[in-house]
Amino acid sequence: MNKYIFTFAGLALTLSSCVRDREPFSLDFPVLAPLNTDTGAGSWKTILLSKPDDFAVTAPIAVTAADYKLELHEITERQKNKTAQDEKLLSYWGAGTVLRWNEVLRELVAKYNLPPVQNPDGTYPIPSSANPLAYPAFPFANPPYAARAYAYVSAAQYDALVSANFYRQKYRRPVPSQNLNSIVELIPVSGAYSYPSDDITAAGAAVAMMKLLFPGEQANLEAKLDECINTMILSGSCTRSDAVAGEKLGRDVAAKFIARARTDRAGAAVGTPADWKKLESDAINRGEIPWISREIPERPPMLPLFGKVKGFLMDSLEMVNGRPGPPPSTNSEQFRKELAEVKSYSMNPNRTYFRIVHFWGDGVGTYTPPGHWNAIACEDFVPQRFSEVRWARNLALLNMSMMDAAICCWDAKFYYFNPRPSQVDPEIKTLTGVPNFPAYTSGHSTFSGAAATILGHIVPARAAAYNAMASEASLSRLYGAIHYRSDIETGMSMGKMIGNKAVLRAQTDGAE
Amino acid sequence: MQLKHYPLLLALGLLSSQAQAQTDNDALWMPKKNLCGGIIYQHGQWNHYWEGTFYRENLNIGTVSSKMAMAMASYGINDNLNAIVMLPWIKNQASAGTLIGQQGVQDLSVALKQHLLGRTLCGKYYFNLAGVAGGSTPMTNYVADYLPLSIGMHSTNGYVRAIADVERNKWYATATASYMLRSNVKIDRTAYYTTEMNYSNVVRMPSVANMMLRIGYRLNADKFVELIAERMETIGGFDIRRNDMPFLSNNMDALRTGIAAKWALGKGGLSLMGSGMYTLAGRNMGRSTMLSLGAVYQIDFNKKTIITN
Repeated sequence: MNKYIFTFAGLALTLSSCVRDREPFSLDFPVLAPLNTDTGAGSWKTILLSKPDDFAVTAPIAVTAADYKLELHEITERQKNKTAQDEKLLSYWGAGTVLRWNEVLRELVAKYNLPPVQNPDGTYPIPSSANPLAYPAFPFANPPYAARAYAYVSAAQYDALVSANFYRQKYRRPVPSQNLNSIVELIPVSGAYSYPSDDITAAGAAVAMMKLLFPGEQANLEAKLDECINTMILSGSCTRSDAVAGEKLGRDVAAKFIARARTDRAGAAVGTPADWKKLESDAINRGEIPWISREIPERPPMLPLFGKVKGFLMDSLEMVNGRPGPPPSTNSEQFRKELAEVKSYSMNPNRTYFRIVHFWGDGVGTYTPPGHWNAIACEDFVPQRFSEVRWARNLALLNMSMMDAAICCWDAKFYYFNPRPSQVDPEIKTLTGVPNFPAYTSGHSTFSGAAATILGHIVPARAAAYNAMASEASLSRLYGAIHYRSDIETGMSMGKMIGNKAVLRAQTDGAE
Repeated sequence: MQLKHYPLLLALGLLSSQAQAQTDNDALWMPKKNLCGGIIYQHGQWNHYWEGTFYRENLNIGTVSSKMAMAMASYGINDNLNAIVMLPWIKNQASAGTLIGQQGVQDLSVALKQHLLGRTLCGKYYFNLAGVAGGSTPMTNYVADYLPLSIGMHSTNGYVRAIADVERNKWYATATASYMLRSNVKIDRTAYYTTEMNYSNVVRMPSVANMMLRIGYRLNADKFVELIAERMETIGGFDIRRNDMPFLSNNMDALRTGIAAKWALGKGGLSLMGSGMYTLAGRNMGRSTMLSLGAVYQIDFNKKTIITN
């Protein structure tokens, strides 16, 4: 009988190891071989730069110079001594630097997207950028913070790459393999010129920007940048001076975005206890039930003054004029109807609703809804085989629209300050955590409406799919019993309006 | 009977192994062609948990409680080989906050228990040695990625266990050690953060080791009282970050102690069972207290009853 037992045990173990052998932890994106090198990108419309050569890039040394020959030698030596780890890095970074730095940013957002624990007296500590490593770590990368971070990094990369393209056409230094036959292009090299390197320009801009946004990560980011630079040199796509010039240009351009970020009013978005009190009393004075935090103890609202942040696609006047009308009054029949609808979802959850709610949840500890749309975009951009500058441009359009969506949405949330369904009817249980800010309009819907609109313009074949995803993301908040139908419908149309601003920019930025 | 259900144990820290006769965790045997079936009800709850190794409460969940009703059956294929089947229904709730509770049928477990060394007299001591191989798999498509309220981990598991039992003058000690492998779990989202970003909907589940020591007084296989100490350890996994949600592949450990008893009523085949378990220390789990009560009925298909133990 013993043999039965061990046959059974053996089967169980074999079965188990079959399932365990898979490597599910990374997406196998192919190495990027752009279909179009976009050599004219030096004249595309920039975002903050007034012209592509706002920042000087010094002329490269001649390809006949001894120092340059040493740089070529560095590549051949590295290629001769290539290791298995190098191969991994080549396929990692070779998939595209804009893509990979976007993934790095998403990871940082998820890492820092944790609400601080309350103090013993029931108040909550506020993360400080001056002391980012002390608890609570700075930043709390919540959805508005994340939306802004994605926008700044993408936009800075885009301007930097436009500038790099301008200089590549100006200086026309041939790619390394043109100067030394023995250099192998280990990944496809885009275009004929390499000074300054577009990969490293994008990397330099991303790192400089992210060091501001995630100051506790400076050392990790610089180490990752070194890895990126060394891999790109090994690949044969740039020499050391191509990389150095690119990194400097990226950092210079980022400095312009950093200066803007320091003065875009996001730093004051937390508000003060007086601000929080006023929001409440204003709602009461209008005869409405004011929003109250669902957390215990009550947590101050998430970035109540984020609606005053300076956007990229819309100015503040446009934003105020575009503010949606009020949600149904908490005293109205319409409100009671919508509350009853939310309650019906709370009372009748099913597995499909759970799947949808959790797929789009993007709550605590995740890369947030804007991060989710970046993930969706990147997966779809990979087969499009965009050049790096077009990758950056498309992500900048997406992320600027989502940052403006965050601003408009937060403006509405705190202008109207209306309660969540579970506040008005505590019997309403939710399928996911209740976000710590007012209901109207739904952030998920506003982000998704904006994202689906601009992505549908960038990848028209997927436009219907994006709209279906946006609709599902939006409805997930109703299924989850945390939003009224008005929140999601108004949020969606507001998002689409903002997405169309990005489409308008896309049609006139010189890339189409 | 036995509430040895690791996913649940790990998920909630609410349930614990309990020692009752003829389970996959003891060296007691159903005689050939005997069937024992029954129902066990268990209630567990906690209001403090370990976030990594940090012990805390969370006012946004209050007290998490778990109710379980489990059907079980044990059958003597022969006097040295038993088959054990269990199927629990579970309901989990939080007393505070807004998160909705979860309920449903969880995982079906099947185990085979084989005598490796029969009841052997050595000096004044009787020795028993047994081996168990078992597995479990989800019976419903319940939500796994919703800790601490999900009713299980939704992995398919396989485990082996060694059981050693020593007895003298009705006093006994039982030691067990087991190792369980767990399959990957698919969750409803396409990216999750552990100690790094995982762009995947597949979660790799670390293995689990378990050791238990029980000391008690036993009149026979259906009448005993025992004290329990149990150590459960997840091999790998990561800690919950400060104020983050728990996750399937957390490094969940627990040290528990408790008491259990089984008592046969008359000679009709009906037995009552009960147990209480308390968590002394843990990691990424709730500090749970559990009470259970059950009734099992034994039928002999041989027509004549032979009590072999």
